[in-house]
Amino acid sequence: MKAKVLLSLVLICGCLAAPPARAGDAVPAAPAACELPPYLLATDSQLHKVAETVKAGKPLEILVIGSRSTTIPSSEDSSYPARMQAILKDKLPPAETVHVSVEIQSKKTAEEAAGTFVKLMEAKTPTLVIWQTGTVDAIRSIDPDDFRGAVTEGVAALQNAGADVVLMNLQYSPRTETMISAPPYLDNMRVVAQEHDVPLFDRFAMMRQWNDQGQFDLFSPSRGPELAKQVHDCIGRALAQFVIDAAHLGPAQQQN
Amino acid sequence: MTIADQVTGSTIAGTAGAKPVEAKPVAAKPRAPAITLPAIGERELRLDLFRGLALWLIFIDHLPPNLLTWFTIRNYGFSDATEIFIFISGYTAAFVYGRAMLESSFVIATARILRRVWQIYVAHVFLFTIFLAEISYVATSFENPLYTEEMGIMDFLKQPDVTIVQALLLRFRPVNMDVLPLYIVLMLALPLILWSMKWRPDVTLALSALLYAATWEFDLYFSAYPNGFWAFNPLAWQLLFVFGAWCALGGARRMSRILASPVTMWISIAYIVAAFYVTLTWYVPQLGHLMPKRIEQWMYPIDKTDLDVLRFTHFLALAALTVRFLPRDWPGLKSPWLRPLILCGQHSLEIFCLGVFLAFAGHFILAEVSGGPGMHALISLSGILIMWGVAWVISWYKRVADKSGAKTKNAVGNADLAGGG
Repeated sequence: MKAKVLLSLVLICGCLAAPPARAGDAVPAAPAACELPPYLLATDSQLHKVAETVKAGKPLEILVIGSRSTTIPSSEDSSYPARMQAILKDKLPPAETVHVSVEIQSKKTAEEAAGTFVKLMEAKTPTLVIWQTGTVDAIRSIDPDDFRGAVTEGVAALQNAGADVVLMNLQYSPRTETMISAPPYLDNMRVVAQEHDVPLFDRFAMMRQWNDQGQFDLFSPSRGPELAKQVHDCIGRALAQFVIDAAHLGPAQQQN
Repeated sequence: MTIADQVTGSTIAGTAGAKPVEAKPVAAKPRAPAITLPAIGERELRLDLFRGLALWLIFIDHLPPNLLTWFTIRNYGFSDATEIFIFISGYTAAFVYGRAMLESSFVIATARILRRVWQIYVAHVFLFTIFLAEISYVATSFENPLYTEEMGIMDFLKQPDVTIVQALLLRFRPVNMDVLPLYIVLMLALPLILWSMKWRPDVTLALSALLYAATWEFDLYFSAYPNGFWAFNPLAWQLLFVFGAWCALGGARRMSRILASPVTMWISIAYIVAAFYVTLTWYVPQLGHLMPKRIEQWMYPIDKTDLDVLRFTHFLALAALTVRFLPRDWPGLKSPWLRPLILCGQHSLEIFCLGVFLAFAGHFILAEVSGGPGMHALISLSGILIMWGVAWVISWYKRVADKSGAKTKNAVGNADLAGGG
């Protein structure tokens, strides 16, 4: 574990320090605002298929399935899937093609979304699926047991279709905290992730960390897209790092 | 040693003595006349103390996490302030209305209970109004594109006709407003519980446990609007309430030997330490490795809606240790330092509602001022001070009212003792 923490630290330092060396790069250095304690990016579960694909030099197809919090209205290029694609292209070997596609299932509960997975996977055959869910269920206060069942089914369907899966939980939304009860859904996603050995990208904890540390003011009523863009940029970076770590594709590991 | 025999000394012993089933001579303490119920003597300050504590903790837990959140017990084990609150409410409700049931009649006791239910219902509707005001404000002033999805929660404002009626029917219940509806349902069942307790306390408790088991086995629940279910399932949580009532009506005294035994103490300590360790793995994920997967799979999720057995037993362990190490005559109970807590616990319904309101207000201030951790802590602290201040004002009102000659009301049964929210 210690080694992993150290490794994450090295990786983070690496990604903070590296970009200036690569002139003309599309990706500027990670803003200090994106900093996260390493444990939030650590996972025990592995992404074997991603690792194989990258090691074999095959193109990496990533599908992000999510609800509306996966996008920023009218600025798609700044949303986290697009940011993740840019960062992954930057961090993985130059020969590697990375393609991220997004499937927005707005206002669909986990159960409704999971129902579409078989067909979706026939059409797309990605190596990795990042499934962001929970928000719609929390808004509609779906029974957490049913929610857990639906997430379990969805994960199984994605795995059966031959993809690695990463689960992404809700956004931290302090303004609606008195109205939406997130904890049961966060807990159940954690349980499913544990049971199915799937990495869980804890978006909620990360955003809360940023808010608590004062990097972002998530209470802000601002109507402009700036805050959303910055937060999505940080999530995209964290997600790229998370995928690289979970697939053991970091520079240190590749040398072995 | 137990709560019950100390709460009451005389009163409950009298209660127990009046029950035909409990003909054991143990029940009749020398100082307790068999059937006559003397006027309520000294209050059981420990009940007030812990209910006050639960109120403070519920308030802090309803605010966004901050420094003070680390003082709430949910970070150190499975159970949290809700368990304390429901248990003490069951205990005090049985204590007060059980007297009415024995002294007067089933009808009189039921009538008094229903009056209390009405008060709680009105309090709930009051809180809902405040919630509506808050959410309407947020809906019109907050349009951060980061949260377009979360704003979907405001959709219910589009159908106020349905939503408000559903709220009055207790089916639409916003976050943080779950405890009062639970309490209303439990209080509605109280006449039946007391009537059954009067007949056979142990059978009543067994029936309650049976209902709890059936709730788990057959997945029974109360449906909510627009969908979902009650966040605190009354069919499960009634176990804690009935258990409180059972303790108040002599159960605790009969358990005193078990509670005094060192075996119980060590089991409780071991369980609490184990629970603490498990909670530690939530905050220090590095420790997760030391946690056997099989135990994790068996244990999770620890369900709050249906009062998970792990939560219930954790509460029992805490209660057992509390009763053991905090005697009724502990001089600290009279100390001015604990006075604020005890005062709040003595006016629980009012202070509970105030706490929910202050949590809303705190959110609001944080949203408008965005002051960081310092502001967070300041809001928590001032909230607690306000709760204390209001509790003091309420008791001042009561003292003044007493002086002007309304003493009869107290003799009948103090509604505050019956516990709110």
